[in-house]
Amino acid sequence: MSNAPVNNGRRRFLTAATSVVGGVGVVGVAVPFIGSWNPSARAKAAGAPVEVNVSKIEPGQLIRAEWRGKPVYVVRRTEEILSSLSAHDGQLKDPQSEVPQQPVYATNAFRSIKPEFLVALGVCTHLGCAPTYRKGDFEQEVAGVKDGFFCPCHGSKFDMAGRVFQSVPAPTNLMVPEHSFPNDSTLLIGVSEGEA
Amino acid sequence: MFANLMAWIEQRLPLMDAMNKHAAQYPAPKNFNFWYVFGILASVVLVNQLLTGVWLTMNYEPSGDGAFASVEYIMRDVDYGWLLRYMHSTGASAFFVVVYMHMFRGMMYGSYQKPRELLWLFGMLIFLVLMAEAFMGYLLPWGNMSYWGAQVIISIFGAIPVIGDDLTLWIRGDYVISGATLNRFFALHVIALPLVLVVLVFLHILALHEVGSNNPDGTNIKKPKGSVPPEEQSKFTFHEQYTKKYDIVDAIPFHPYYTVKDLVAVVIFLIVFCWVMFFAPEGGGYFIEAPNFEPANGLKTPEHIAPVWYFGPFYTILRVIPDKLLGAIGMFGAIIALFMLPWFDRGTVKSLRYRCTAHTVNLIQFAICFIVLGVLGTLPANPLNNLIGAIASFGYFGFFVAIWIYSKNEKTKPVPERVTG
Repeated sequence: MSNAPVNNGRRRFLTAATSVVGGVGVVGVAVPFIGSWNPSARAKAAGAPVEVNVSKIEPGQLIRAEWRGKPVYVVRRTEEILSSLSAHDGQLKDPQSEVPQQPVYATNAFRSIKPEFLVALGVCTHLGCAPTYRKGDFEQEVAGVKDGFFCPCHGSKFDMAGRVFQSVPAPTNLMVPEHSFPNDSTLLIGVSEGEA
Repeated sequence: MFANLMAWIEQRLPLMDAMNKHAAQYPAPKNFNFWYVFGILASVVLVNQLLTGVWLTMNYEPSGDGAFASVEYIMRDVDYGWLLRYMHSTGASAFFVVVYMHMFRGMMYGSYQKPRELLWLFGMLIFLVLMAEAFMGYLLPWGNMSYWGAQVIISIFGAIPVIGDDLTLWIRGDYVISGATLNRFFALHVIALPLVLVVLVFLHILALHEVGSNNPDGTNIKKPKGSVPPEEQSKFTFHEQYTKKYDIVDAIPFHPYYTVKDLVAVVIFLIVFCWVMFFAPEGGGYFIEAPNFEPANGLKTPEHIAPVWYFGPFYTILRVIPDKLLGAIGMFGAIIALFMLPWFDRGTVKSLRYRCTAHTVNLIQFAICFIVLGVLGTLPANPLNNLIGAIASFGYFGFFVAIWIYSKNEKTKPVPERVTG
């Protein structure tokens, strides 16, 4: 052991430098541990777009498609439903769909590409339950509105454009996923026009 | 020969010394009542959970395809599998019963006050890890309520602005709850969190023995060295760690006095436990919920999603606030408020026996609100329930506000120098 005088400045520098390098190492090692929690390549592949034949849907009927394991509601809305949509704008949280819960091309009064077809995730924006389609008997929930969606978990209510009513726990309108119509009878969920 | 062996070990690792310090020569106040058995009961349940948990993993299959079937297999085909599973599931509910009683004891007798704040914080961390354990464990049977319960709880993290959606995706490891989620919850439930839990329990007990146990009178049984005449000191031999700095009064050694007393409590507890386990293992749908006898189905939400009863109070607070982010903040705030209790309470008198009447009233209203919130958590949401829930949530948080106000200049009764009973 040498008897050279202690150089405190150098010791502090070495301690700090070692700590910094060690810290960088810890961050580096954390990357694979945190990264491994991301969806795997297989899970991502299973999230590919799905095709739905919409030509057989009756007016007023709802069909459920499955995309990325989530239910997607496809409803063929009647003229009557479409014309009544604007009547209850005053009771909605976000009647103009200002919150980006839909692609740009569905940011319109009907929240859809073709007014006839509502395509929305059947996942309540509160805590992820599946709202029930209340065809014709929605007036029990909201007076004067004949059809809508009611979430049995915590009582959130949505109209036939998936727009959320006021005074319910759900914060936003139902999510409209990216979708497109390659031809008149086919709906492609998960991909926008011209992307596929 | 044996004595030599013991001495040989003792010189290298002072085991007997540690045993004396923490049991046979640990000074415990002599006036412990019924409320002081729940710490030991929690340890008993912890051992039960660890043992039965290890045995359950021997036949459980942590995968989206196999989990539900493997639980059925354990229930029907594995010898005593049903018993091990019911010991584990009943144990989960029992854990929360005894922990809630244990916490309420601490609140009644001011066991969180200076100098026991750190002890309280370790206890709260144990409670937090326990809730995580219970939540992740409930996903493992992969029943439909497992699935949707997890869906609801994970969605709460989606309320966090900006990063919420990516965070929930990262927690799930898939676009929906899937086998990937199940597997990581399994890993955390059986390895990571139990390790953390055991370390926290160890620290909780060490911290307790450092500052010493409180008692129903909230008096200090450790008097300054030399201040108590020998004939008034406890007649027992205590470890020199405690006696070298203090004169000990009103104390008895933890072992054998309280080990024997606790044994009685353990026996009574086990009788109740076994009755539930053998005659009502589903707890009337509160311990194991009916939809959980159906396999998980991502396209079919159960009619009414309710958490297991022990999450009820916090779930109701989440639900009555008609805003997703504020609801989540309210729920976590309810837990954080408990963490901060030692600092909300500015009083110096510990036990409710010598505190102002307002404090007793406040504690009772808190207990009632907590129970009401718990009951509501298992009921469906409707306007009336939401109203009652809002009032009870107000009472829950009001407890902390009120204690902060009246504890500043509280009119207390004189605290006796020595324990009273």
